[in-house]
Amino acid sequence: MSQSEPLLQVVDLKKHFPIHRGVFRKVVGAVRAVDGVSFSMDPGDTLGIVGESGCGKTTVARMIMAAYRPTSGEIWFHPSNGEPRVDLAQIGHAAMRSIRPHIQMVFQDPFASLNPRMTVRQILAEPLVVNKVCRGRELEDRVRELVELVGLKIQHLNRYPHAFSGGQRQRISIARALALYPRLIVADEPTSALDVSVQAQIVNLCLEIQDRLGLAYLFISHDLGLVRHFSRKIVIMYVGKVVEQALAQPLFARPLHPYTEALLSNVPSTRPSRSTHKIILRGDPADPINPPSGCPFHPRCLYAQTVCAEVVPPLEEVEPGHLAACHFADTLHLMGCDALGCVI
Amino acid sequence: MVPVLQVENLRVHFFLDEGVVRAVDGVSFSLEAGKTLGIVGESGSGKSVIGLSILSIVPAPGRIVDGRILLRVDGTGSEPSQVDLVKLNPSGPEARALRGHDVAMIFQEPMNSFSPVHSIGSQIMEALKLHTDVSRHEARNRAIEMLRKVGIPQPERRIDVYPHELSGGMRQRAMIAMALVCNPRILIADEPTTALDVTVQAQILDLLRSLQEEFGMAILFISHNLGVIAEISHDVLVVYFGRVMEHAPVDVLFSEALHPYTRALLKSVPGIDTPVRNYLATIEGTLPDPSTQIPGCPFFGRCTECEGLTICRDEPYELTKVADHHYLACPRLCIRS
Repeated sequence: MSQSEPLLQVVDLKKHFPIHRGVFRKVVGAVRAVDGVSFSMDPGDTLGIVGESGCGKTTVARMIMAAYRPTSGEIWFHPSNGEPRVDLAQIGHAAMRSIRPHIQMVFQDPFASLNPRMTVRQILAEPLVVNKVCRGRELEDRVRELVELVGLKIQHLNRYPHAFSGGQRQRISIARALALYPRLIVADEPTSALDVSVQAQIVNLCLEIQDRLGLAYLFISHDLGLVRHFSRKIVIMYVGKVVEQALAQPLFARPLHPYTEALLSNVPSTRPSRSTHKIILRGDPADPINPPSGCPFHPRCLYAQTVCAEVVPPLEEVEPGHLAACHFADTLHLMGCDALGCVI
Repeated sequence: MVPVLQVENLRVHFFLDEGVVRAVDGVSFSLEAGKTLGIVGESGSGKSVIGLSILSIVPAPGRIVDGRILLRVDGTGSEPSQVDLVKLNPSGPEARALRGHDVAMIFQEPMNSFSPVHSIGSQIMEALKLHTDVSRHEARNRAIEMLRKVGIPQPERRIDVYPHELSGGMRQRAMIAMALVCNPRILIADEPTTALDVTVQAQILDLLRSLQEEFGMAILFISHNLGVIAEISHDVLVVYFGRVMEHAPVDVLFSEALHPYTRALLKSVPGIDTPVRNYLATIEGTLPDPSTQIPGCPFFGRCTECEGLTICRDEPYELTKVADHHYLACPRLCIRS
């Protein structure tokens, strides 16, 4: 693993969806779903993207999967050692075909992401057949290996998805994603449709697979506790922008952006005896069609001053490896988990 | 003191082709004014059906087959009496007079629980017109007042908007306004914050708490999220497979839970005391087939603490008082001792 070559490097990524109105479908505006996002991750790394609904975290994932073409920006991906990196923002369909085995996705809803008319064997074999990886005896061996890797049994292979519980279906999704030995798995809220006890099983499975296969996860979630448990590095997004980016430990111990502080304080605590400090934000998350001027968070921010409404704060390195987009990142003394009584 | 609502040995069964599903199988609890009872359980545990049975809106083929749901009625006399909601005809005038007036409900997905073709104001006023004798003008004023109380800005203007024009959080506030406009004594909240973001969830929980202080209603708060339950409840009922596993005050339950199921649930949530990237505690196996009849503990087989004791599997057991306000249904801990 060479440290100089990141597996994935996203540079100033933007995606604006045009809004059409009227008979002539005139463009009257744009949803700024992703508005300047940058981060990078190393091979075998785990990066968590956290944000509320509508903050653009899923759109980022879709652009990495080349399902959306970015409005601007670069997505540099290293398919394997020795090969040159490619820009997924510019890539054509044919070229993407050779990249796709290296990036696979696990979706949120295991009830919608598996074809109900295919058996588990067909679901797991399909990526191998389509990409002409193996066939015949070898194919069957690989399928059996996969199903056991995710903790299911060989006799499950002939069943259809409806015969499985949510957690088991998510295991099938993970097996399908692993079929082509990917270097990166993009997991978009992989456990939010599951019960907590099942969620724990899936989290353990993902950790175990990473330890065994050394792949990288881009893990998208709104659950801070889960992201903390899972990720080495965390990106916090708010209305299409990165507001804070740091390693998990410093982020939770000493957040530098008021939004992160509020998020931490809003995590429901499972220790009722512990005194917690709640920061109740006013209003709803900002509208990406019409984001506020200046800092997008300023209408809800407790510490906002006049400059916040006027100037967009750049994402700057405030402490080594700890980036924040706030004018007052170095003067505000925000509360971390300990001071807030937050138990995640 | 007669509680506002007393549920005794409630059994709700669903009669399906595959067999009888015992969605709620002998649940008892009581609800006090001004207090919140949290019901926590995983999907399929029957927690939502408990809420629906109180309003007698259990969907077919489900039926309340046994038990009593006693609602306190403060008559003109000195002694409050109780009326059994199970005995009322679900579509009869008495049940309809109670629904929305004495017992109101808020649902998980506010978009699906509003009519999309009526303004939120007209839907809030409908409840008032049905249950109270107020003029149109008065109803509108009360609806505006209620929208202001739940924190919707510019309620005079917002009263005429349609549900799709509001954000998820605002819609849930409007839903709460509609539920509370007749000043019910009991509010049933079935996963009211599950579809919302954390910051909005915190707002809604805060709002429910302050409205409870103001109106003194009893809240039955149903959720799968242990954190949310811990935040809002005074007492907690842990349900599994349609049965109550443990019932305790919130601080007792979260610090010294006794039931192996409750403890396993609590351990499976990553928290500050679980080391990062360590494997989380899981509950092995899955829920038993809902149409089987289990004489003993339904958690048998997944439980790591009972060591396969036959009394756990075979012995019928009851919810047993183990301390003040702390009830437990664990054959190993209750029958043996």
